[in-house]
Amino acid sequence: MTTPTAPDAMYRNDEGLGIWEHRGKVAAVGVGHGPTSRRWDGRPETCVGAITIQALRKAIADAGVAPEQIDGLVVVPVTTTGAFWEEGKPLPMDVIESFNQTDDPLDGVAKLSAEWLLANMPELTNVQFTMYGPGCMSNALNVAAQAVGDGLTHTCLVVKSWHNFEGRYYQSGANVEDTLPGTAAITRLWGGPASYGTALQFAEYCRKYGKTHEMMAPFMENSRRNGLMFPEGYWAQHRPEELGREDYLAARWIAKPANLFDNDIPIMMSGAYLFSTAERAADMKQKPVYILNHASSNARPRSLTPTLDEVEAETARTARKIYEGAGITADDLSFENMYDGFSLFHQFHLEGLGYRGIKFGEALDFYQTDISIEGPNPVSPSGGNVGSGRSRVWMHTDCIQQLQGRAGARQVTGVEPEVAVSGGPMPLGGNFTVWSASPD
Amino acid sequence: MSKQGVVPDDFSQPFWDAANEERLVIQNCLECNRLQHPPAETCRDCGAGDSFEWKPMSGRGTIYNYGVVHDCPVRLLQEDQPFNLAVIMLDDDPGIQMFSHLPGVPVDDVPVGAAVEVIFEPTANGQLVPEWRVITD
Ligand SMILES: [Zn+2]
Repeated sequence: MTTPTAPDAMYRNDEGLGIWEHRGKVAAVGVGHGPTSRRWDGRPETCVGAITIQALRKAIADAGVAPEQIDGLVVVPVTTTGAFWEEGKPLPMDVIESFNQTDDPLDGVAKLSAEWLLANMPELTNVQFTMYGPGCMSNALNVAAQAVGDGLTHTCLVVKSWHNFEGRYYQSGANVEDTLPGTAAITRLWGGPASYGTALQFAEYCRKYGKTHEMMAPFMENSRRNGLMFPEGYWAQHRPEELGREDYLAARWIAKPANLFDNDIPIMMSGAYLFSTAERAADMKQKPVYILNHASSNARPRSLTPTLDEVEAETARTARKIYEGAGITADDLSFENMYDGFSLFHQFHLEGLGYRGIKFGEALDFYQTDISIEGPNPVSPSGGNVGSGRSRVWMHTDCIQQLQGRAGARQVTGVEPEVAVSGGPMPLGGNFTVWSASPD
Repeated sequence: MSKQGVVPDDFSQPFWDAANEERLVIQNCLECNRLQHPPAETCRDCGAGDSFEWKPMSGRGTIYNYGVVHDCPVRLLQEDQPFNLAVIMLDDDPGIQMFSHLPGVPVDDVPVGAAVEVIFEPTANGQLVPEWRVITD
C-alpha cells in the first residue's frame, strides 16, 4: 500500500460553496495524546514513532472501539520542529531496529509514514484507507472529515506528531554557510528569524490602531493559565510556571516586537483523534462532537511579506468560508480557539472571525477584559501553543473536549459549550474545522 | 554589516550582474506588465512562464515597516545584533517590497514612511547587494 497525499479536491478553499455536503454527518469521538518532552532523549520508547503509537492507542481506547473496527488512517508525515537528522550523523540503529522498518531508516525517528505506523500497530488489521495531510493537524482534520463524509472510511484515526532534537533549530544548513545561492539570497541575506514576518504584521497593526506590545500580556497570562490546566501539555507536565505580566514583558526580544514567549517552544508531542460517521459515533464510548464544516485558505502576499491589508482581507475571507459551509454566524461561537503560535497573530484570526463582534483593531482592547474560561467571552481556552508548547493541536483537542464536557479544569463555565471553530496556522494560509455538540 | 556572499545561479544571474553595475532590476511579466519580487519561474498573477524581463527601477522607495532582529539564525550576522530589518516599498510599484538593514539608521529608531534610495554594498565574497539609505537632503 502506498499512501497518497490528499488531493486538492478534498479541501474547501473557495467562497460560495454553500453548506458542506456532510454537515453534521461526521463526528470526532476519541482523543489521545502521547507524552511531551523538550527534546528526544535517544531511547526507543520516546522516539516520535513510539509516542505516536501511544497517542493512537489512547484515542482508540478513549472512543471505546475495537482496533479491528478502524478502517482509515490520516497522518501528517512531516514531524520536524525545524530539527533535522544531520547528514553524516550515525543512524540510531538500536532505536531503528526496535521497530518494524520501512525503506527509510529515519521513519519513526524523524518522520512518520502510514506504512510505519501500520507495521508497528499489528492490532490495526483492517485499515483500507490511508492518506497524508501535509503540514499540520489542522490540515489532516480537513482530510479526515472529508474522507469519512465521502465514505472512503467509516472509522478513521488522524494523527500529528512532532520530533525535536538537540541543538538550536534553524541554526544549521544554509544559515551557517559563508555564501548563499543567488535565488535564495534575494530574500534570505537579511537574516530575519522565523517570527520576523509576524512581528512585522504586529508592528504595522500597533501603528495603525494605536496599540502596544504590552497589551498582549493579559492574553499571554490567560493562555499559560489555561495551558497549565491541560494535563496533556508540555508546560503542565514539565514546567508548571505561570506567565505573569512582568515575566512576559521582561523576556528578551527575538525579532522586536516579538519576544521569547511570543515564539512557541518546540517540543516532542503526538495528538490523535478518532473520527467516525455520526451513526457509528452514536454507539461509541464518548459523546460525539459533530463537524459542521471544514475550510481552508491559501493566499499569497503580493511581495516578500504580507501587509496588514493582506492579512485582514484573508482572515475575513476565511471566516466567511467557515460560516457559510457550517450555516452559522459569529454569534453561534461559544468560545474562541484559533491558533496562536506565534502569539502576535492570534488577534488576526480572532478579528477575522468577528468573535463577539470584535472588529479589526479591537482585539487587544478585548484582551484587557475578562477572557477567562469562567467569563462570558473565553479566548483560547486551550491555552494554545503559548500554554502547552508547539503542536498546533491543542485548540482542536480542547474544542472536542469542551463540547464533550470533559475539558477538566479548563472546562468553560461562563458559556454553554455548543459550537466552536479551531484552526490555523497562518493568517494567509491554514485549515479550519467547525465543531458542534449537536449535529444540526 | 557583513552579509553572506552570493553565488548567482542561472535564474538570478541578471539581478546580481545588475547589482554589480549598481543598477536595481526587478522581474517584470511581459504578459501582464506586472512586477514581481521575489522573482519566480512563473508569473504569480497571470501564470505566464516564459516572458519576463529584468526591468530597471528608479531606485527610490519608502520605509514601509521594520522589526529589530535580536536573535538571528544567520551566523555571519549574529555579531551585528541587534540590527534593524526594514521593508522598503518601491516608488515604481508600492506593492513591491525589498528588505534592508538600513545602514546608518540607529537601532530601533527607524523613520517609518521616510524616503529612501538604493545603494549597493559588498557581501562577504564581494558581490554587491542592493541596500537602502534614508534621503536626508
Ligand atoms: Zn503575468
